[in-house]
Amino acid sequence: MARLTDPARYARRKAANAVFVTLTSLATLVAVLALVAILSSLLVNGLGGINLAAFTTDTPGGGEPLGTGGLRNAMVGSLLMCGVGMALAVVIGILVGTYLAEYGEGNRLASAIRFLNDVLLSAPSILIGLFAYELFVVPFHGGSALAGAAALAILSTPVVTRTTEDILRLQSNQLREAGMALGAGKGLVIRAIIWRASRTGLVTGALLGFARMSGETAPLIFTNAGNQFFAAKLTGLTASLPVSIYNFALSADENWRRLAWVAALVISVAVLSANIIGRALARGSKQS
Amino acid sequence: MAQSLTAMADTIAPRRVVRGDALFHGLCFSAAVLLMATLAGLLVALVIGGWPALAHFGPGFFTSSVWNPVTDEYGAAGPIVGTLVTALLAMLVALPLAVGIAVFLVEFCPAALAHWVGIAVELLAGIPSIVYGMWGLFVLAPWFAEHVQMPLMLAATPGGWIEWLTQGVPNGTNIFTASLVLAIMVLPFIATVFRELLLSVPGHVREAAYGMGCTSFEVVRAIMLPYVRRSAIGAVMLGLGRALGETMAVTFIIGNSHAFPKGLFDSGSTIASTIANEFAEANGTLHISALVALGLVLFVITFSVLAVARMLLAREKF
Repeated sequence: MARLTDPARYARRKAANAVFVTLTSLATLVAVLALVAILSSLLVNGLGGINLAAFTTDTPGGGEPLGTGGLRNAMVGSLLMCGVGMALAVVIGILVGTYLAEYGEGNRLASAIRFLNDVLLSAPSILIGLFAYELFVVPFHGGSALAGAAALAILSTPVVTRTTEDILRLQSNQLREAGMALGAGKGLVIRAIIWRASRTGLVTGALLGFARMSGETAPLIFTNAGNQFFAAKLTGLTASLPVSIYNFALSADENWRRLAWVAALVISVAVLSANIIGRALARGSKQS
Repeated sequence: MAQSLTAMADTIAPRRVVRGDALFHGLCFSAAVLLMATLAGLLVALVIGGWPALAHFGPGFFTSSVWNPVTDEYGAAGPIVGTLVTALLAMLVALPLAVGIAVFLVEFCPAALAHWVGIAVELLAGIPSIVYGMWGLFVLAPWFAEHVQMPLMLAATPGGWIEWLTQGVPNGTNIFTASLVLAIMVLPFIATVFRELLLSVPGHVREAAYGMGCTSFEVVRAIMLPYVRRSAIGAVMLGLGRALGETMAVTFIIGNSHAFPKGLFDSGSTIASTIANEFAEANGTLHISALVALGLVLFVITFSVLAVARMLLAREKF
């Protein structure tokens, strides 16, 4: 009892606690400062290059004067690949997520797939790139936007699957039973009732999938290594924002380096807004 | 009776609907199998692609640190060690920070502020790898070289351990800065999981501890952290898995040399950065095969780490 009321000991415990509180707030400060540092250097170096030319002219050749050229072909290529990749990832991801949530109860195979999906979720993107290279580039003797899109699809399908499963599990069983009581089969209940009720969540999954794929570079440098000129063909090479950053940032050409910052800013804004909107939607639908 | 039941079932669920159901079930099932086949295919592709190099160099592939495309000799020890060292260093930096952030958000932070800090941490997780790479190369590395590396090198006594630790080209692109950037990248993932874990500690357990007169520090250290121990290890492994396979940021900053790094501030390479750097320009079959074999090594390492992580986290929702 004496130990508990010992004022010196109490002071020591209080001091240790104060140190602890300070350290945890400092840790938080470090993370926030890191974010501020990265975002501000993006704005400082990239904002100056955001003008009409950045969206209407193509990537310049080396040695052009500072301020020439833009990223039109890279943006179009990125949109093209992300569009096709998203379409694939959303269709397959929603189907797999539906299988896991609706048909996978107490099913060994479903547990295995769920586990593998979770592992794929954090798998190194460079390995997905190697795989897509072996699968889609080697047989056709060259990369293409389609190969890039396939790599991106493999990368973000697990994200869509995971979100879909989580969101479908949130729907109450009464909803399913009500549908069945109307005489609808299980498949019809899922498609007409459960999917419809989970619409916002499915959109969230798609947005998070988009956020995961749109900034990815590693899988693209093997599958769709870039194109200096404008191209919007799925079967040919196209430019893309991440690969342009990769090629330009490491060059000695000042104009290229400028464009790399602009591209980095554009892509960060796209990814971060997809993330924010997706998570805001998810939060809203969980509350209501 | 049996017949009339069947008739009833038919009016309730006409055969068309039942067939449609089976079709839809089959569709979902095939998509799930396709996903599984993708992972299997990934492994098969890596084994087939990497086999020539593995067969050619044998166990020496893992122990030799000679990586020379000109003489067609490939030993993976340098990149493998680089991968492990950077990932572990990154975890060493990120783990205390992540625990700190999670504890701060759960225990001390006012709710209004916690919301915004939570968003900031999520944003940190959303920034693309290549943007981290650019920031590391153009902002962090020069700053580090000028304000940390050079002063340390000048202050080091010749022959001392500081000199040994800080040797290397003073340009800021080295193992240490790569690990720092990696730490920032995995930080939000670990912090988010830790936060959820701490929130999962039942309120009455915490309150009982506070009721006994514990300080916040004692509650966190003696009650909350032990309560989430198992899952916490899973969260750490999850972060480690990400750090091991991170590619673009590391490729920008690590300096890309294949020899064993001599010190903390020496340039090095990781498996992922080596593949990213050389794959597009690799011509010889043995060179390509050696790179794919590196990929196989990375696959085995990351997938075992991630698998253990997922088992420990056992279906918590992250």
